[in-house]
Amino acid sequence: MVTPTTLVYSRPQAFTDSPTHYCPGCTHGVAHRLIAEVLEEMNLISRTIGVAPVGCAVFAYNYFDTDFVEAPHGRAPAMATGIKRVLPDRIVFTYQGDGDLASIGMGEIVHAAARGENITVIFINNANYGMTGGQMAPTTLPGMKTTSSPYGRDVETQGYPIRMAEMLATLDGVGYCVRRSLHDPKNIRLAKKAIRLAFETQLRGLGFSLVELLSTCPTNWGMSPVEALRFVEERMIPVFPLGDYKVAPGVAQITVRNT
Amino acid sequence: MPKELWKGNEAIAEAAVRAGLQAYFGYPITPQSEILEYLARRMPELGRAFVQAESELGAINMVYGAACTGARVMTSSSSPGISLMMEGISYIAGTEVPAVIVNVMRGGPGLGNIAPSQADYNQAVHGGGHGDYPRIVLAPASVQEAIDLTALAFDLAETYRMICMLILDGSLGQMMEPAEMPEMKPIVQREFDWAVTGAMNRPRRILSSIYIDPVAEEVVNFRLAKRWQEVQVREVRYKEYYLDDAEIVVVGFGTAGRIALSAVRAARAEGISVGLLRPVTVSPYPYSVIEELAKHVQGFLVTEMNMGQMFDDVRLAVQGRAPVEFYGRPGGVVPFPDEILAEIRRLASGQWSPDPDARLSWQKRMASVIQR
Repeated sequence: MVTPTTLVYSRPQAFTDSPTHYCPGCTHGVAHRLIAEVLEEMNLISRTIGVAPVGCAVFAYNYFDTDFVEAPHGRAPAMATGIKRVLPDRIVFTYQGDGDLASIGMGEIVHAAARGENITVIFINNANYGMTGGQMAPTTLPGMKTTSSPYGRDVETQGYPIRMAEMLATLDGVGYCVRRSLHDPKNIRLAKKAIRLAFETQLRGLGFSLVELLSTCPTNWGMSPVEALRFVEERMIPVFPLGDYKVAPGVAQITVRNT
Repeated sequence: MPKELWKGNEAIAEAAVRAGLQAYFGYPITPQSEILEYLARRMPELGRAFVQAESELGAINMVYGAACTGARVMTSSSSPGISLMMEGISYIAGTEVPAVIVNVMRGGPGLGNIAPSQADYNQAVHGGGHGDYPRIVLAPASVQEAIDLTALAFDLAETYRMICMLILDGSLGQMMEPAEMPEMKPIVQREFDWAVTGAMNRPRRILSSIYIDPVAEEVVNFRLAKRWQEVQVREVRYKEYYLDDAEIVVVGFGTAGRIALSAVRAARAEGISVGLLRPVTVSPYPYSVIEELAKHVQGFLVTEMNMGQMFDDVRLAVQGRAPVEFYGRPGGVVPFPDEILAEIRRLASGQWSPDPDARLSWQKRMASVIQR
């Protein structure tokens, strides 16, 4: 029998009852849950406004029990800027995939970071455009086959993957910028701690915060969920190393209790 | 308030501030940059939001975000920049949030030039962004009217949860005229039942332009159309000059209308029965006014600083009841009153164009005028 003393896992308050539309084995659901847990733990649900992207997470607003807007493709950081500038005491976050953030929305993300917009960005890097059927993304690995790189990404003609966390960390407006992975429980716990720190950064007005999360796309990768997790660990992490790329001094002083 | 000498662009900026502008997002482009520059000084001193965006795409999406909170928000640009904003404009329209956009038009297409033009009429009034959406478009012809319409634009946008765009040409943005500024209105935090502000003490709200179910999107399209019908009934605005006994009616908006007024006055001095209709709202358009005039006048002369865009709307209203002539100067060229006066004299002497589309006759007449 589940009693308050034996209850160790439940749906976070920041979630609605909506059933998921994400594919089996996709780590979007894990990322959503981590955000929901953090918002609940920090008691921010009623103060938070989310900005959904265009991509698989276009329906993110169905899952979070917070106010939400839905941005044009890539423009979430600009929309978040508009919201935060008129409602500076609210918590504003964007949730964006790699096509959204690192391709069509490159201008918006770089300048939001450069301005030090006091917003939080959760960046899902799954190395392809999931929603439109698995085309090549700016983050697609060299040699990786996608529907628009059917012979494998040829760096001679299709260029190299973009490491967003490293790039954005060079900007002075950034308070916190890290990369984590969602491929196993240990890394999921580390990812949650990073998401918590990112929202703490915003809460304390310490500047732009971004957590890049290496994620799976079993459907478009043509893998089982387990194979996809292994792909993240063995193939993606060498190209996208996990790490803290910018932790401003004020952010480094924040202590977050493990939950 | 006493009259002061105001430059068009700065007058629009100050009028917006006094109407309670809470946030401005913009990007530099000639000939509207003074709006951005003025508000870069003015907004911070009032503790209000100002961001010079990374692009017009950035600016319009900042407007979109701020509009979703129910704040009074504005952006401004000039023709190429407005083209870039069209994505966001369609999203704002689809989300049914209010926003004020100013287009200080310049010569085009493409990079064109920075001279005064009215070539974005069709983009503003009939098209622009994708999808089926209405929008209110106001066309001032003087600095004073630009001030008055800026204040009105916010009220219209909020009343109808709709984009309200001001279109004026670069000359009006750049010219200085004596004008009276309204009193400063205090910022009112409006409690809209749709605004996204954080779900404190209420159920959460979502603002989006996505309706993945076509049947639901169809409902939205019908809702927008119904709201537009209300706008068409209530909000048509125009100015008429010497129309009571006019046999020839000149129709022009903005600066072209203002120049035409000089020509109409000169023609009246010569004894020609001519009047002027100057639409102030070019969307909704004063179709019924023109339709009524068409029943008893000899004909119309449409004058624009483009290749004849509003001309189509006048013909639509006239419905073939009377001839509709055209005289325009596109590409950033501003007509002189004498040019329009010559056209009025031509019509008064009974020399109507032989082509069914009078723009063709006009192009033939212009062959000797335009520099090669």
